[in-house]
Amino acid sequence: MSKPPKQPLSFQDLILTLQHYWAEQGCVILQPHDLEVGAGTLHPATTLRSLGPKPWNAAYVQPSRRPADGRYGENPNRLQHYYQFQVLLKPSPDNLQELYLNSLRAIGIDMDLHDVRFVEDDWENPTVGAWGLGWEVWCDGMEVSQFTYFQQVGGLEVNPVSGELTYGLERLATYVQGVDSIYDLAFNNDGVTYADVFQENERQFSHFNFTHADTEMFTRWFADAERQCGILLEQNLPLPAYDFVLKASHAFNILDARGVVSATERASYIKRVRDLAKGCAQSWVALEEAG
Amino acid sequence: MAEFLLEIFCEEIPARMQGKAARDLGNGLQKSLKDAGFEFGEIQTFAGPRRLTLVITDLPEKSPDVSEERKGPRVGAPEQALAGFMRGAGISSMDKCEQREDKKGKFWVAKIEKPGRAAEQVLAETTPQIMADFPWPKSMKWGSGSFRWVRPLHGIVCLLDGKVVPFEVAGIASGNQTMGHRQMGPGPFLVSSFADYREHLEGEGHVVLDAGDRKARISEQIKQICQQHKLSLVEDPALLDEVAGLAEWPVVLLGQMDEAFLDLPPEVITLSMAKHQKYFSVNNAKTGKLAPHFLVVANLAAPDGGTAIAQGNARVLTARLADARYFWDTDRTQTLRSRVNALHDVVFHQKLGSVYDKAMRVAALAKELAPKMGADPELAERAAWLAKADLTTQMVVEFTSLQGVIGRYYALADGEDMAVADAIRDHYKPQGPTDAVPTDPVSIAVALADKLDTLVGFWAIDEKPTGSKDPYALRRAALGVIRILLENKVRLPIPAELSSFVFDRLKVHLREQGFSHDLIDAVISQAGADLVAIVARVEALSTFLATADGEQLLAGTKRAANIVKVEQKKQSETIVGEVDVKLLIEPEEKALFAALETASQTAAKAITAEDYTAAMAALAPLRGPIDAFFDEVMVNDKQENLRVNRLKLLSGIRSALTPVADFDRIAG
Repeated sequence: MSKPPKQPLSFQDLILTLQHYWAEQGCVILQPHDLEVGAGTLHPATTLRSLGPKPWNAAYVQPSRRPADGRYGENPNRLQHYYQFQVLLKPSPDNLQELYLNSLRAIGIDMDLHDVRFVEDDWENPTVGAWGLGWEVWCDGMEVSQFTYFQQVGGLEVNPVSGELTYGLERLATYVQGVDSIYDLAFNNDGVTYADVFQENERQFSHFNFTHADTEMFTRWFADAERQCGILLEQNLPLPAYDFVLKASHAFNILDARGVVSATERASYIKRVRDLAKGCAQSWVALEEAG
Repeated sequence: MAEFLLEIFCEEIPARMQGKAARDLGNGLQKSLKDAGFEFGEIQTFAGPRRLTLVITDLPEKSPDVSEERKGPRVGAPEQALAGFMRGAGISSMDKCEQREDKKGKFWVAKIEKPGRAAEQVLAETTPQIMADFPWPKSMKWGSGSFRWVRPLHGIVCLLDGKVVPFEVAGIASGNQTMGHRQMGPGPFLVSSFADYREHLEGEGHVVLDAGDRKARISEQIKQICQQHKLSLVEDPALLDEVAGLAEWPVVLLGQMDEAFLDLPPEVITLSMAKHQKYFSVNNAKTGKLAPHFLVVANLAAPDGGTAIAQGNARVLTARLADARYFWDTDRTQTLRSRVNALHDVVFHQKLGSVYDKAMRVAALAKELAPKMGADPELAERAAWLAKADLTTQMVVEFTSLQGVIGRYYALADGEDMAVADAIRDHYKPQGPTDAVPTDPVSIAVALADKLDTLVGFWAIDEKPTGSKDPYALRRAALGVIRILLENKVRLPIPAELSSFVFDRLKVHLREQGFSHDLIDAVISQAGADLVAIVARVEALSTFLATADGEQLLAGTKRAANIVKVEQKKQSETIVGEVDVKLLIEPEEKALFAALETASQTAAKAITAEDYTAAMAALAPLRGPIDAFFDEVMVNDKQENLRVNRLKLLSGIRSALTPVADFDRIAG
């Protein structure tokens, strides 16, 4: 176990420490998936790799986009673009809670002084037909991670079960650094703040998400992605097919943020994405079990 | 006699499931031990965040031997029948049987001796079975296994008088080792008995075993902090239950809230604290107003006295309240009235249209009803029109239970009339049998209109409650209508299609108020659809029947009714028609006839005047003449015309009382 650092970790050191910690636990350290996604779970290294019989341990940072959460860079706690640190361990090891708690120690959280709690939270992602049981992990009342034992992904029962850890990096960092606003985070130890890196990004993308995103174009893109995904599934190519699930999902998120999706349409969009995701899951599992 | 100790240790069990899990574990063991023939002392169960514990005292080491007899085929029955019998009884030869004789002849009886079984053996078999069948509301698999538990299982302590009862569940062998608190505990330790287990756990283990004890500790600490800081707790029993299930070693800490947020509605602050953060809110003990503090229950006694924990929680609360502030500010950039159109997009019920449609119906109805409760029709209409508009605000989307409350704040900010604003908040009331009913006339009109619209609507599409199913909470709506009408004395006929449903709810309601159901039946069958009048009658009747006059009168009417019934049955005749005055001979029957005339007229007048006490008083003088009649007059006179006339007179008693209540329905 690493020794607790003396001064709080910068945002980038937090990431580097987690990567190092999980590398030591035998995870492959991946890079972000190169598409817009709503959460780290949607990286194919989690969604697809959690399916099928083969063991798999991976960790990575995933930039995540939730267009509707944009606040023009003015809210200290809400962003439309943020980072998640994702760990997937398949099968889930017996000491997963201990491994997780040690990762918190590694980033400098003193467990004698801070109150870490596992609070029931059953995770569900209807757009990819996935659910699991687990907790929100609270540190002094702050939700710092989501801890889930996957039970179903892409509408399929998983066997073996994966343990998934998702760290909300900005929140965790505000906690570790003791600042009230994400924008005040030290990005590195040389005076660069989170605001320097991302505040303008938040402002511009909020305008884009809420006002200037071309809804006709995104509607078309959704349909195009759906069609391409179907063609790829017919060819038994779940990996590229899954990329188009992600593109469709993001197009839907933009349309949703623009406020042009009614309640009934919303359910239908989500179902269309889920059907595609299920197709990918089935195709992937068939290939995994065959090989 | 032995002690049985079982601890099932796993990853964090959701707080809401712990209590039932402890009961289910107790019931499971109790049933399987009883089924195996064991009698034992006491069974105790405990649940906490990471463990379920059970202890049984005075368990015999072995169940008693049992011998039972089983009746078989008659002597001389075919071989096949005998073979079948032996198989069924589990015996190898008929030598183990004896012959008996009854009226039908000789037959075989097998004597089966079942030796008692060792408790250890029974527990080693049943405990894994109980765990495998455990009724968790939601369970899961983990790793590569297929066993299901609420969360991954880590250890089982299973001891019979200190000796391990060996079995394996999900690859975990039962043993005698457990763990205390994750952070404050000493690591794994061995246990030998329940007393030893509890002592270690609650001592250096830093785990309070019993949920009741944890709650008591939390309450005690809250009390001390409140006294010290001149605060008073905003009680929240459900939250107390929950936090007692989230900490093995509960430590209450006082946190500081940024005072700048106190301009948010207190309901928002309290709910945000409780719902998102599981904090208790506190009032300033002197002013009774929300104080800029909160109480958090930590699962750790930290060496810095909890300073860091309290500060960390305060920062999270700031972020939460900043979110609430954002909703509060952005919501108010738009008026409530400008949101009404957006209700077109909110579905009320597929067959009953949007919430907009409902709001328009309720507005029209509230306007129509308003004069009946002395409300300004225009204000009632306005309030109903605005009442649902807050459903489209971010604040209500985030805090659904604040619907109405938020609408009121926004209405006031828009400069709406105070009565309109109050009605927006109060039209959902009463939300349950103990919730207060609205009392302001405008609120009454909107609350009634909203509930009546819901009831009439769901009746029209035939979505009535059945049995235990009431997905649209229509019983609650009906009870709401009843309580609003009664507690405000509003006179309003219940729509005909709803009357039997509403009367049923009324009966339940009055029974809960202590009125016996026969009185309610007696009145409802005679009164109209005005609930206020019904209840006034029930009250007057109940008071009257408690007096000596009332009691005697009831006895007299019962006696009269019985005689009439018996005679009608005997003669297969129906006693109908007016009493013939000329045939009244005896002074007592003349007196009774006169008294009935007077009483029924006076009572009828009193009822028209809605003076039910006077109506009852009018009946009181009947007691004497009725008693005198029975004392002095022979009903069954030899002369048939006199007999029939007297029966008519007796049945006249019931008719005379009927405008007040149907006395036949009152239990004698």
